[in-house]
Amino acid sequence: MMDAIQKTLLEQVAGLHEVPQGAYSLRINGSLHGKNDSENISIVKKEDKPGIDIYIKPGTKNESMHIPVLLSQSGLKEVVYNDFHVGADCDVTIVAGCGIHNSGSGESEHSGIHTFYVAEGARIKYVEKHYGQGDGNGKNVMNPTTVVVMAKDSYMEMETAQIKGVDSTKRDTRATLADGATLIVREKIMTHGEQFAETNFTVDLNGENCATHVISRSVAKDKSRQSFLSHVNGNNKCSGHTECDAIIMDDAQVIALPQIEANHVDASLIHEAAIGKIAGEQLIKLMTLGLTEKEAEEHIVNGFLK
Amino acid sequence: MLEFINVSYETLDGKEIIKGISLQIDDRFVAITGPNGGGKSTMAKLIAGIYMPTSGRILLDGEDITNLSITERAHRGISFAFQQPVRFKGITVKELISIASGKNISVSEACQYLSEVGLCAKDYINREVDGSLSGGELKRIEIAMINARGTKLSIFDEPEAGIDLWSFNNLIQVFRSMYERTKGSIVIISHQERILDIADKIIVVSGGEIAAYGAKNQILPELLGAQAGCRFTKEACK
Ligand SMILES: Nc1ncnc2c1ncn2[C@@H]1O[C@H](COP(=O)(O)OP(=O)(O)OP(=O)(O)O)[C@@H](O)[C@H]1O
Ligand SMILES: [Mg+2]
Repeated sequence: MMDAIQKTLLEQVAGLHEVPQGAYSLRINGSLHGKNDSENISIVKKEDKPGIDIYIKPGTKNESMHIPVLLSQSGLKEVVYNDFHVGADCDVTIVAGCGIHNSGSGESEHSGIHTFYVAEGARIKYVEKHYGQGDGNGKNVMNPTTVVVMAKDSYMEMETAQIKGVDSTKRDTRATLADGATLIVREKIMTHGEQFAETNFTVDLNGENCATHVISRSVAKDKSRQSFLSHVNGNNKCSGHTECDAIIMDDAQVIALPQIEANHVDASLIHEAAIGKIAGEQLIKLMTLGLTEKEAEEHIVNGFLK
Repeated sequence: MLEFINVSYETLDGKEIIKGISLQIDDRFVAITGPNGGGKSTMAKLIAGIYMPTSGRILLDGEDITNLSITERAHRGISFAFQQPVRFKGITVKELISIASGKNISVSEACQYLSEVGLCAKDYINREVDGSLSGGELKRIEIAMINARGTKLSIFDEPEAGIDLWSFNNLIQVFRSMYERTKGSIVIISHQERILDIADKIIVVSGGEIAAYGAKNQILPELLGAQAGCRFTKEACK
């Protein structure tokens, strides 16, 4: 049974009130709490290290699976390896997420290493939410690594969000794309207090006519720090686009280092990066509609990260 | 209704943009016109609280609002449609209209405000008020927001700018019906004869001063005459 704190975490990271329907794997405090296979998706616990292998049968359509991780025991540190084998011509949604509740003084840390093998023609949507809470002074640390290997004509959309309560995060995402593959990444981050968040994307556009869009929107408040690094390598006739758009507030610091590298004459690569405070005219407009400055700020930030 | 008592406004570098204006607006439909750079938008911003006067006082229904913030003035019933509407990443048309009306409005209510300004509601309601909207679309949404607020004083800064000719008649209709429906007063800054023509009174602002103020049928003929145009603008060249 899950306790109330674990249920809150589950709701925050997966939008679920109970153990989900269909295929899932739920990890709580360092061990596998429960899992369920479906007809097309099987989950196999790894023998040599913590983690699971997920096998999705070729041609599986319109199925979704959940793999939430919850940590409510202060001071727990873990590294988990999850490998996703997505069969050809699948169309599936995978919802992952990690919620930490740290009420002690120890540092809680979850490092998930997720590897996706996306077979030819498969389409996958991967959603990942990170959330931390706690009343102690122990830190919540999450260091996700995502490795994506995309076969011919495959398509992956990856949405990640870290809105609250994670003190330190280093996100590493690496992808290689074959002919005709498309990878879309949307990242949303908000940091406050003394939090630190670093994201690092490396995308190798190896196949002909492959494409990627990496879009990051972030808000840095208080004394928090963020850095956004992206490396897109165009090694064939391909298109790559990275965009980092950040709102900086208070005494925060934001660094954006988008790097694009063309190794082929038909590689078309664009990067855009913009960092700035909330535009004064946006605040003024909302204030003329009756909002206080604080309320206006909240609306702008929430809209921006929506 | 609204009163300026010897209001001046200087920029930080000491340029005097509004030069001791005193005036009283009591009519329900007043147009402000005058040459570019004359100080019209600055006056509107002083009323809305976006700029604070360097000296002088502003009264709304007898209450001194000179030191009130933008938000407080909005709560007192002042609405202001900007000459250049603001764009927001991630905020939808429906949200903005909801904020404007001060409550979570239904889709059908939001649609009504949008149709009134000639926008097909279902195409716009969930769109973000960002760079993807055209200039004319933004102007119309700006007007819809003021309509949704429905306060006692609505100021429109060149609402016709960017609005195509066909829609122009409808725009005039919007103001007419606002005039009839609400008990509020409307102040429109405009260069358009057809808008000036529906006002009760016209104020001509030039060189940071009031160059003329009177009934429409008194001011309009003067404005349209070439001689008059000179009279009103020469102030700026002194
Ligand atoms: N913040 C500012 N700093 C310096 N000058 C300013 C500032 N705001 C306005 N001005 C100047 O004040 C004058 C009046 O500007 P304002 O925008 O009020 O004119 P306007 O009558 O609305 O003109 P238009 O018809 O072109 O909209 C202009 O010369 C303008 O350049
Ligand atoms: Mg103006």
